[in-house]
Amino acid sequence: MRPISEAYKDFPILKREHNGHRLIYLDSGATAQIPQMVADRVVNHMLYHNGNPHRGSHILAIEASEAYENARERVVEFINAREREEIIFTRNSTESMNLIAYSYGLNNLQAGDKIVITVAEHHANLVTWQFVANKTGATLEYMYLDESGHLKDGEINKIDEYTKIVAFAHVSNVLGMEFPVKELTDKAHSVGAVVVLDGAQSTPHMKVDMQELDCDFFVFSGHKMCASQGIGVLYGKRALLEAMPPFLLGGDMIEYVKEQTTTFNELPYKFEAGTPNADGAVALHAAMDYLDSFGMDAIEAYEEELVAYVLPKLMDIPHVHVIGSTNAKEKHGVIAFTVDDVHPHDVATILDSKGICVRSGHHCAQPLGAFYKVAASTRLSMYLYTRKEDLDAFLDVLKTVRTVMGFED
Amino acid sequence: MEMDQLYTELILEHNQDKRNKRELAKFTTSEHGHNPSCGDDLTLQIDVEDGIVKDAAYTGSGCAISQASASMMIDIVKGKSVEEALRLVELFLGMIKKDVTDEAELEELEDAMALQNISNMPARVKCAVLAWHTLKEALKK
Repeated sequence: MRPISEAYKDFPILKREHNGHRLIYLDSGATAQIPQMVADRVVNHMLYHNGNPHRGSHILAIEASEAYENARERVVEFINAREREEIIFTRNSTESMNLIAYSYGLNNLQAGDKIVITVAEHHANLVTWQFVANKTGATLEYMYLDESGHLKDGEINKIDEYTKIVAFAHVSNVLGMEFPVKELTDKAHSVGAVVVLDGAQSTPHMKVDMQELDCDFFVFSGHKMCASQGIGVLYGKRALLEAMPPFLLGGDMIEYVKEQTTTFNELPYKFEAGTPNADGAVALHAAMDYLDSFGMDAIEAYEEELVAYVLPKLMDIPHVHVIGSTNAKEKHGVIAFTVDDVHPHDVATILDSKGICVRSGHHCAQPLGAFYKVAASTRLSMYLYTRKEDLDAFLDVLKTVRTVMGFED
Repeated sequence: MEMDQLYTELILEHNQDKRNKRELAKFTTSEHGHNPSCGDDLTLQIDVEDGIVKDAAYTGSGCAISQASASMMIDIVKGKSVEEALRLVELFLGMIKKDVTDEAELEELEDAMALQNISNMPARVKCAVLAWHTLKEALKK
């Protein structure tokens, strides 16, 4: 295994300057940066092996098919799925979620049924269920949180015999906290509901194991884990995927097409219409190799160390308030906070003027903001290339924010 | 850009000054403006009598740029005719788009001229124009 302390050297973008300062990237929760080896492998594929996967019998079509399918096998290994038929390539977590909503949700729910989610969900795992509820007459019910970001006692009992779908983030993209997956999954399964787990914020940062998590569907995006944008994954248990109708129609997802009727291809191709994103699949394959060269457990431990380092210092700054848990052990590389009387956009602009990139806004989780009465916040999010000196620089500039905005302290 | 060029005293003053940030007791039009990507959210109330903007005020939440911009806008449109106010909106939008750069022409915008630098900050343009687009919608009603 390689030492994580060296990881930052693999990222050319971190050698950039911005506004006369070294670029410091603390927005990995939005999208992660790309190491040289991932870019190299994509460029090599594009320049020497580019063809249309699954089409034609010439050398390039075959090599492109191999590259694409090897990436699928690598995903099976990376998330410990059972077989390649369970892995569908999509554009991103959001598209994976839409596939579940349209293909499973619309066809399996009816009036009287319930969908249960948490109030902390990303819009991808929320707007989709509003849509399914509106179309089918099912009810969308929320599990609420306490001030520290944990599910309130008893909320889990909203999962009852009427519940058909339980959907929640493995790790919240605002709170950085892991929901009690096992407890919620066991409860869901005990009432016969399927579990949809949003792994967008967990898969890049910790070992995820489909057989251990036992969720029915799992989604994640390549771009949050050092691959390029435009490649994502839907994992589904085979029996569920077999029974679902196709989501997108067109080339490659068919078996026989006659003038009026079509039979569909087998899994996983049934859900992959049109020319796929083979470059993205190659990038994702390389990214998984890259992350595994350090080890997912080591990455998780490293991020915990970073959070333990920055969180107390952040909370010591007057007028700064951290959202959700303030226990470093419960935060997976993501910390959202507010500064009294200063809008998060102004905080982000002031940090950007010193070369520091953070996210500001509602982080695609507006109901959570409304629940905590914090319409917008600033979020720093870390990854394996983040260093303590990056966090020091961030803290130094953050301390000046209120003065820049004309406050006395 | 240096932060004191962006967050000038004038902008910070308008941001913290709540003169124009209030509910009107009497108004003819209320218009809601929103930047979905960032959460800036404001409601603009205007009271138009005989084609004249008698009073205007805003409520809501947003960054310093969006708040200051709303306040500056209200200062200059009060007492103006609807046509005149619409012309000022176009002038401001023209300044932000860099279509209008003549300082003499821009002086009509009074304090809002201080937002000229925003045209160099693509990430913040939508903050600066929110109130003005909202006013345009309100005046058209």
